Amino acid sequence: MTPKAPRFNNCAVLSPQQLDQLLQVLIKRDYEVLGPTIREGAVVYDHVDSTKDLPAGWTDEQAGGKYRLKRREDDALFGFVVGPHSWKKYVFPPAMRLWQAHRSDGLFQIVPETRKATKFAFIGVRACELHALSIQDKVFLKGPYVDTVYKLHRENIFIVAVDCVQAGGTCFCASMNTGPKAAAGFDVALTEVLHEGRHHFIVRMGTKAGADLMSQVPHEEATAADVEFAENLVAEAAKHMGRSLDVNGIKEILYRNIEHVRWDQVADRCLSCSNCTMVCPTCFCSTVEDLTDLSGQQAERWRKWDSCFTTDFSYIHGSSVRSTPRSKYRQWMMHKLAYWIDQFGTSGCVGCGRCITWCPVGIDITEEARVIREGETLASAAG
Amino acid sequence: MATMIENEVPQGLNADPMIPQLYRIDRVRDETDDTFTLSLVPENGEAKISFLPGQFNMLYVFGTGEVPISISGNPAMTSVLEHTTRSVGIVTKAMGLLKPGDQIGVRGPFGSHWPLNEENGRDFVIISGGIGLAPLRPVLYFLMAQREKYRKIVLLYGARAPEDILFKKELERWRGKFDLEVQVTVDRAASGWRGNVGVVTPLVARAPFDPSNTVALLCGPEVMMRYAVMELQKRGVPHDRMYLSMERNMRCALGYCGHCQYGPGFVCKDGPVYRFDQIASVFGKSEV
Repeated sequence: MTPKAPRFNNCAVLSPQQLDQLLQVLIKRDYEVLGPTIREGAVVYDHVDSTKDLPAGWTDEQAGGKYRLKRREDDALFGFVVGPHSWKKYVFPPAMRLWQAHRSDGLFQIVPETRKATKFAFIGVRACELHALSIQDKVFLKGPYVDTVYKLHRENIFIVAVDCVQAGGTCFCASMNTGPKAAAGFDVALTEVLHEGRHHFIVRMGTKAGADLMSQVPHEEATAADVEFAENLVAEAAKHMGRSLDVNGIKEILYRNIEHVRWDQVADRCLSCSNCTMVCPTCFCSTVEDLTDLSGQQAERWRKWDSCFTTDFSYIHGSSVRSTPRSKYRQWMMHKLAYWIDQFGTSGCVGCGRCITWCPVGIDITEEARVIREGETLASAAG
Repeated sequence: MATMIENEVPQGLNADPMIPQLYRIDRVRDETDDTFTLSLVPENGEAKISFLPGQFNMLYVFGTGEVPISISGNPAMTSVLEHTTRSVGIVTKAMGLLKPGDQIGVRGPFGSHWPLNEENGRDFVIISGGIGLAPLRPVLYFLMAQREKYRKIVLLYGARAPEDILFKKELERWRGKFDLEVQVTVDRAASGWRGNVGVVTPLVARAPFDPSNTVALLCGPEVMMRYAVMELQKRGVPHDRMYLSMERNMRCALGYCGHCQYGPGFVCKDGPVYRFDQIASVFGKSEV
């Protein structure tokens, strides 16, 4: 899953003020700068004008079915993990019109939506989210057909990644081999360091565009000690993951246990609310809706995010293939951890933990996978 | 109002595969009470119809919606596109109300196809139920057009009632050539019917084909295909020579709306026609 790692020659050091200058250069270059902000009691991705819009001094506390913002004792700009939003909302919009059609005298014409190429700058993309983007690239760009909307939004993104120096209560990227260090897929990557009264960012350049941007921003060269200190912070975060998922042979284990009793047990708790699919940074399912105006002469088609937890999702010939919570949850989890590997050559899970945090009843994919795995181990020990 | 069509709208899949191309309904043929065949011609008159037996198109009825419908016409015909469908849902009911001259949106063709060219010298046993005969009709056209390349061809077909038998004229014509074995059975019949009554799968046991040199093509309700696979296994037809056409909900047909997932694959691009060994691990499992 790990893309080729770029080579860094030198690392730079930015102060918080210089980081703001970096954002200003991006804005000057016509990027729409997007980053974490505080809204509705959570860290969400939105438009940012300067580092003042970032959640300075905030952190989050996460557990199964629980998310709380808390004040930090410092002014860290990225002192939290991930909230309910993911970057997919910008490249794969939750709702969008695909085309319109007009009818007159029984004949119609279809008018595609005209779209302008966007120029997004994503600030604060975590390692798990870089992997999620590269997974969605496989879905939308590498198949027999290319999704024109995704391609348009995806092409010109400038990515400022941020390493995680603390792990959340539902995080398990270390076991998924997707974090906490941003390895590839960024233009520049930051490690935020708050130590002995100093607050700065160690910057790695991932692309020429990243290096070019940094040449426009005043900064210092990082010393070997600076870099080592930052790397240790990230390495320490890897040791404090709230969760872990053993991926060894998980695809085969799930295929063998497609009729496991655990699917019935999780179905007793699952509300089929589809929260897990909405917050998941890799879930890509969508539906289309065809609408008309009252005259019946104007029609539109919209594409909207959809979820395998809805009953409509699998509807054919007067009934749904998957009508029970058991089969819906099984479809979702088997897709993430098993089918996805056959479909796209990668796991569909990046270990961000959102599905655990935002599940109203705290269903935990790592626990479900563990129980099924342990069932096999016990059975083979008994046999 | 042909000028309505002549605009700068990009046509075809090259531009955006979500944009339908406009076709005009040339003919509507009622096959049964609730099943009809639409003959479509492209509004862009130069377009040649090209598809492989087993593939499907997404058909859009203005303002109502879009559904996947398999192509039921003769693959050798490049001027007319044929689809046979039953009025069951909102879109197919609206489609049933369309008349010659009306327009319809078409995206496709999509998906995998029945194995044909690579199977010279074999027996073919074709097992279908109900509307499942529609995606197999192109196969029959194809096989009959080069009949000498194949050995026995057997069609086992189950319909609800004698009046629900599809493509009667073609079936009679092909059977009349004495080199296509057609066995039809119905779920229920009035006293005038002298043919088989009952499900189609028991016909497999005594159908005249050589299991060691047979390709089996199946299309119909999943429960029918499940029993048909069992009967074929009993006769000794290997898994890698059985082909099934699967069906799931579809919204994009391009491989990224997620709706048509069937185990590790997408019916729109890995199917609809699967070689049985490709899906054996999930086939028959409930609610997959």
